[in-house]
Order: sequence, then structure tokens, then C-alpha cells
Amino acid sequence: MELLAERQGDMLVVRAAQDRIDAAGAIQFKDRMREITRDSTGRVVLDLSQVQFLDSSGLGAVVAVMKALGPERRLELSGLTPTVQKVFRLTRMDSVFLIHAEAPDGLRDAG
Amino acid sequence: MGCAMPVDLSPAEGTLRLTIPGDPVAVREGLQALFGTLLLRSLPEEGRGTAELVLAEALNNIVEHAYARHSGEIEVTLALDPQGLVCRIADTGLPMPEGKLPGGELAPIDPTGDLPEGGFGWFLIRSLSQDLDYRREGMRNLLSFRLDTKQSDPR
Repeated sequence: MELLAERQGDMLVVRAAQDRIDAAGAIQFKDRMREITRDSTGRVVLDLSQVQFLDSSGLGAVVAVMKALGPERRLELSGLTPTVQKVFRLTRMDSVFLIHAEAPDGLRDAG
Repeated sequence: MGCAMPVDLSPAEGTLRLTIPGDPVAVREGLQALFGTLLLRSLPEEGRGTAELVLAEALNNIVEHAYARHSGEIEVTLALDPQGLVCRIADTGLPMPEGKLPGGELAPIDPTGDLPEGGFGWFLIRSLSQDLDYRREGMRNLLSFRLDTKQSDPR
């Protein structure tokens, strides 16, 4: 489960450098995200532009990560690919997350 | 990612058959093997993504619930016809509770309250498939559904 974190001002941008977040990798994803976000404060943007496939376990893991951040910090998402976007839309989770069309500047060339 | 998992192209043209162990990694590798075949790569991208999602949900449910107490195999048969992809999935795990499919209602979402982290699987299967059917035959669970892989999602 490769997650690449980059600090941009008071914002932590995490790029999921993998093509799927599924039942086989959901727990690992959740644990890695907790580690990465534990010592930071402020906004967290999770860039999913490389993720082609996310199932309901992956969705549950993303929700769990947001809940673990607590009420003060919001998890934002960027770069949803069509199938991933469909999962968020059908489950109405697109109303819960702040979703950006593209990753914040600089992230796309990082890593 | 290399997939050594053999996909059987028999018995008829347009049909795929795959047997996998009932565990999450095998489900991932099995889906990658199936969706890497020329037959499924020929589908329009949207229908293909939806098919992989619904199959993933069905297979992961079997791993999590039917094989909660013992291990076993899952047999997947996919047949592509002009109306779409007909999926048949068999396992030898525990039967569905009360012998029928879960309802798959989406839990209410309150962004300020306690958000659900699960319970999306059957909702997605029911939303995205047609002719959904479940039968218990002897010691086997038989699940079948049809996926409209030609058209775009109506929702």
C-alpha cells in the first residue's frame, strides 16, 4: 500500500500511488493513513487520481480515516477516476467529502 | 502485477470460468485475471468498471460471510451475450441468513453524525445488477445476476 505524503503549507497532501483500494488492502490503507496523519494538524487531501478501482471495503476505509481525523479536521479528496466517482455518488458519500477535481498544485509531478 | 491464475475459456466461446480460494487476495487476483482477458477488455470502459465492482462486492461478501467459519472455494462463471454479462457464482459456505438475499438499504447519511463504514456492498450489487437471484442447492450457494455492460449507468 503505497501512500506518498507531502506538506504544502498547513495542508498535508497524500497521494495513493496504487491502482486499487479493495478488501485485500483496506486495513493496510487505513493503518498507513493513520500513521501519516497522526503527527500533523490541518487539512488532509487524499489524491486518488491513480486509483482505478475502489470497492465498498475501500470506501469504508476512506470513511474510517476521515472519522479518525476527528471533527476538527476534514478529509478532502481529489482526482476521482470514473469508477471510483461512481461508488461515491451511488452511496451518496460524495455529499460527505469535499471533493476536488484535481490534486493541489505540484502534487501531480511529485514522487 | 502478474497473474498466474488460470482463467478457463471453456465450455463455450464468450464464457469465462475461474475457481479461486475464498480469501481477499485471491478475489483481487481473480478479478485482475478475469478483467485482463480479451473478452472483458472488449467491454466499454464504464460497463467494465461497474462489472468489476459488482463482482468484487459479491465475492468479498462470500469471503467475509459464507466462509466466516470455514474455508472453501468460489467458482465464477461469466457469459457475455448481446444483453450483457451473465454472472454465476457458487460457493460451499454458510447459507444466507434466513435463506434469502440481504435487503441492501443504504444507511442514512448524517455528515455531522456517525457515518457508516460498511453496509454498502449489497446496496451497490442491487443498484447495479439485474435479475438478481439466490438459491441454496444442497451444500452450495448459487448467486446469479446480469450486468448491463453496454449502456451507461442510468443513475
